This record gives sequence, structure tokens and C-alpha cells, in this order.
Amino acid sequence: HYYCRQSESIGSTLLGYIGIDTIIEQMRKKTMKAGFDFNIMIVGHSGLGKSTLVNTLFKSQVSRWSSGWGGEHKIPKTVEIKAVSHVIEEGGVKMKLTVIDTPGFGDQINNENCWDPISKYINEQYEKFLKEEVNIARKKRIPDTRVHCCLYFISPTGHSLRQLDIEFMKHLSRVVNIIPVIAKSDTMTPDEKNEFKHRVRKELETHGIEYYPQNEFDDDMEDKNENDKIREAMPFAVVGSDKEFQVNGKRVLGRKTAWGVVEVENPNHCEFALLRDFLIRSHLQDLKEVTHNIHYETYRARRLNDNGGLHPISANNTQESNL
Amino acid sequence: MWWSHVLQQGQFTNPETPGYVGFANLPNQVHRKSVKKGFEFTLMVVGESGLGKSTLINSLFLTDLYPERIIPGAAEKIERTVQIEASTVEIEERGVKLRLTVVDTPGYGDAINSQDCFSTIIAYIDDQFERYLHDESGLNRRHIVDNRVHCCFYFISPLGHGLKPLDVQFMKAIHNKVNVVPVIAKADTLTLRERERLKRRILDEIDEHSIKIYHLPDAESDEDEEFKEQTRTLKASIPFAVVGSNQQIEAKGKKVRGRLYPWGVVEVENPEHNDFLKLRTMLITHMQDLQEVTQDLHYENFRSERLKRGGRFELLEVPPDPIFLLLQLALFHFSSQLSTALP
Repeated sequence: HYYCRQSESIGSTLLGYIGIDTIIEQMRKKTMKAGFDFNIMIVGHSGLGKSTLVNTLFKSQVSRWSSGWGGEHKIPKTVEIKAVSHVIEEGGVKMKLTVIDTPGFGDQINNENCWDPISKYINEQYEKFLKEEVNIARKKRIPDTRVHCCLYFISPTGHSLRQLDIEFMKHLSRVVNIIPVIAKSDTMTPDEKNEFKHRVRKELETHGIEYYPQNEFDDDMEDKNENDKIREAMPFAVVGSDKEFQVNGKRVLGRKTAWGVVEVENPNHCEFALLRDFLIRSHLQDLKEVTHNIHYETYRARRLNDNGGLHPISANNTQESNL
Repeated sequence: MWWSHVLQQGQFTNPETPGYVGFANLPNQVHRKSVKKGFEFTLMVVGESGLGKSTLINSLFLTDLYPERIIPGAAEKIERTVQIEASTVEIEERGVKLRLTVVDTPGYGDAINSQDCFSTIIAYIDDQFERYLHDESGLNRRHIVDNRVHCCFYFISPLGHGLKPLDVQFMKAIHNKVNVVPVIAKADTLTLRERERLKRRILDEIDEHSIKIYHLPDAESDEDEEFKEQTRTLKASIPFAVVGSNQQIEAKGKKVRGRLYPWGVVEVENPEHNDFLKLRTMLITHMQDLQEVTQDLHYENFRSERLKRGGRFELLEVPPDPIFLLLQLALFHFSSQLSTALP
């Protein structure tokens, strides 16, 4: 063949400025031009304010129940998967946001295995991506419909998690990033809220449910420290609203009651701001990366293992995907 | 899924302005991850001995990549075939890490009969593609190392009247596998007029022989005027005529990198003396693009050819079922594991 000599030296000192740091700027310009995709799934039984919360998070009518739909919220007989996409822009950054709603979840009399359609949908997106990736002539930028984040809404009973909550999160936390939130938290006083959070966290731990950000995927100490703080503060107790009210001369998003206005973005009232900062301002990219590098790779490896191996292929051998 | 019309949000300067969501921070998140990860870049240099390749590489990155060089004599050179020498250095600047590999090809064009001197080089380039394809098809993809050649500087002698037959043959053999950047070496042997004439000659010959050299992309419409002008100047100067030097000379009261002649000092970093700075600017500002073209064009070409050729299975004329393709890839991966590894 040929002889190849390799040599390596670390930490060479430069004798002048070259401009390597400008590569970052080039990348940044390129990624900004290309735009971002983000796919978020919302799961929880009806009436927990899911759609309102997502609209509040992205400050636009991005969920299914936008003003064009009319008021009727009919509960479907089975769990449906409804995905709606919008392109939103901020500060020159374009994002194609897809909100995947799951009406019917947890609303039936018998909710056994009601997470199956959800699991199926998530795996179908992995399969779609995989098919494109192994193609001989594949697209330069594979369209990404994989679910990057699943917001799971916990009912603010004040007692503990429901059986369904535990079963769902147990089954799906290994397949997708789950972020549990306590919905409509303005039904609890601060003390009740803290007790409930504490109890929920303990239960999640007992059942071995790894919610996002998962311990095992912390890259380095810096990440671990930051994520430890977040994990300890989760699940975030949130309130959503798309109505504005005047409070102390400022216009705020909130819920007006006879005894006062619940301010959505006031950290003393609820943890919405924490959720938003965590989800959008600091971990949006990481959610995508964990989905791609961990969950998708797990799916892919399983597919390769199931279908690969060294047995010969017969002409009639059709493999069915694990959906 | 159905699409809604584009919802426009205004430009917000105050983060706490109502309406500000915060995903405008996304590029910063990506930025932070890129800085942590750092970059890899592989540059290959090809050209006859004595064209100043090593000196130029050292000048480009202001680092001594070849600290202890033993220059072989003519007798030793005749017997040698082309070798591949890869040197990797990690450079850090303002927190950004670059892992740069320079692949040198000593022996190219040195033998009396240079008929076969580039098959080794092509084999090397293909091997890196093969390795990457193998890793990409494998089970554990977390830490794939990208050793694919992103750019090849081809050194042309300033002493001729244009391209030599070997130059043409070589560039044609690799232009579909790697980004080729032709460079006129030791440009200080030419006057400015001779330089312009040689450049034009070379460009004509490149055209004549349909050689595909790397094309700088035009500046986007939203770039500033300065960048657009820079891009225009760079494009107009190809092929770059360069001079390299590791020595500091005293000139006009300051220390410059250059070559001291009785008739004057050739300054490496003086744009009026040679195109060194242009070459460096081009490389740095287009590092990302060079990687992208390697990935999206050269590598994808290699991959589709390779998959069509197949390992043990021939692909049918009918577009294959993706699951069959998946099986193919899995078997390709496992069967490659069984074959002997590269030396």
C-alpha cells in the first residue's frame, strides 16, 4: 500500500494573530441563514392549559387552538397526533416551530397504553430521518421532524403523581427528552407548591425516570453544575396566559382574579420565566443535540442490530420497522 | 401538518420588552457548543521538492510544523516513492481550538519517471473517505474523527511557462475528490508583469483542460461592502503567487518576515510583493466552506459511487427499498470490520 507517517504536537504557540476565531463567526452566519427547526410535543389530559402555555412561551398563537379554530374542544375517542408548524422570527433568527399536540391523551375512561400512538409517532420520525440518511442520493439538509422536546403536564392535585404520569414518563423518557411541568400552578399556595414539587421529584427518582436534562449526558463539570441547579428546581410550576393587564403601571401577561392578578412572568408568582429561559434561551440547541446524538442514535443502533448481523438475506425477507 | 403564513415579530433591542421570546439567543448557544468542540481541518500540500511548501506552511500558521528537517540529497530522492506525512498541530486563538493536520507529499515529481507518483496520493484521499464512510455507517458514532482532506494546495513552479503535463494530469485526477487551490510558488523569481502573464496562462490552461479548481463563493448580498470587495479581490488574484519565509529581516525600520537579497527585501506579508496574505485570508475565511464542499460534494460523490459498487451485494436497477439499503450498510460495516485494517 503506502507508508504514512503521522506526527502530533499539542498546544502549539502562535507567533502572531491568524484569525482562527473568525471561523466561529462564519459558522454562526451560516447557521443563522439556514434557520432552525424546533419540534415540541405537548402531552397531558385536557384542561391543563397546554395550548395556552405554549402560546405564552412563544408569544404567538402557535398551538392548535389559535383564534381561527373556534371554541369547541371536543375530546377525541382515541389519542390523536396533531402537528402545526409556524415560522417565527426574532432578532434576525428564523425558527420553524412545530407544536405537536396529543388530544385525547388521558381523557378516556380506560387509558391503558394511551401512550402507544405517541411512542409510534416519535419512532416514525426517527425512521423517516434514518431512511433519508441511508439513501444513496441523500438530501444535503435532512428535514428534521424528530421530537426535540416533550412537555409533560402534571395535574396540580397537590397530592402526588398519577399512575398514568408515571407509566408515560417511564416508557418515553428513554426515547425522547421529557420536561415535566406542573400545570395551572396558581391553584396552589407557595407552601403547597413546594411540598408538591418535592414529592413529585421524589417519585420520579423512585421510579428511575430520567427527565431532561439527564444526568448521564452532562458534558463537563460546567454543564453538570448548571444542570444540577435546574434539575433541583424541576418540575417547574407554571401558569400560562395570553391576556395582558395593567399592574403598577406596566402591562403584564396574567390572569385576573377578584383577589389579584397572577403575573405569569413574575418569579414570585410562578416559575414560567424559569421554564422559558431554560427551554428557549439556554437549552434549545442542547435539546436538539441530545435528541440527535443520543435518542436518535439509540434508535438507529437498535435498527442496525435488529436487521444487520451476519445472516444471509433471502429474497422474501422483508423486515418490518419497530413501530 | 399544515403551514401558516410567516408570523413576523419586530426587532427587539430590550430583552424584557413584551413580545421577546428569547430564541434569538440560539446562535449564541450554537456558538458556545462550537467553541467547546473546536474545529478539525486537513490541508494537503502537493508539489515538487524545493518549491517552498514547508516554508510556506510554517508561514501560514505562524508555527513551526517541521522543526527538524533533514533535506535528502538527490541520490536518496531518486529511489524514493511518494510518501505521505501527516502532521497534526492544535492551535488555539482567543479560545477557539483548531486541530490542523497538514499532509505533506514528499517525493512527488522527484523521480525520473513520475508516471505513477500520484496514485499514492489518491489512495490516501480515498482511504480517508472510506474510513469516514465506515465510521458513519457504524454503531457508535459519537466520536467520529474527520480526517478527510478538505483542501489541497497544488504548487506550480514559477520557472515554466504555465502548467506542466504532470500538473495537468494530477489536478485532473484529484479535482473530483478534493478542493484544489493552485498556488504559484517562489513568486519572487518573477517580476510583476511576468507574474500576471503566468497567472493568465495558467487560468487559460485550467480552462482548456477542464480542470475544476476550488471556486470561492460570491459574497452574499447582505454582507458589508468591505467583505464584498475583499471577495472580489481574492477571486481576481487566483492563482495566488506566494513567497514564504521563516526569517525576520530588518526593513524600513521594523522587523518583517522576508527574504533578504542584495537588491532589496521581499516582504512576505506585503500585498504589493506577493499574494501570501490573500492566500491566508482565503483559507481562514473559507475554512468552513471548504469543509462543507468536501462533505456535500466530494464525500457524497465518493459515498454514492461506493454504495453503488457495493460490498457483497449488487444493487438492483430498481430503486432499492430503504430497509434493504439499511441492511446493505450494516453488512458493509460488518464486512469491513472483518477485512484487514489499514497499516
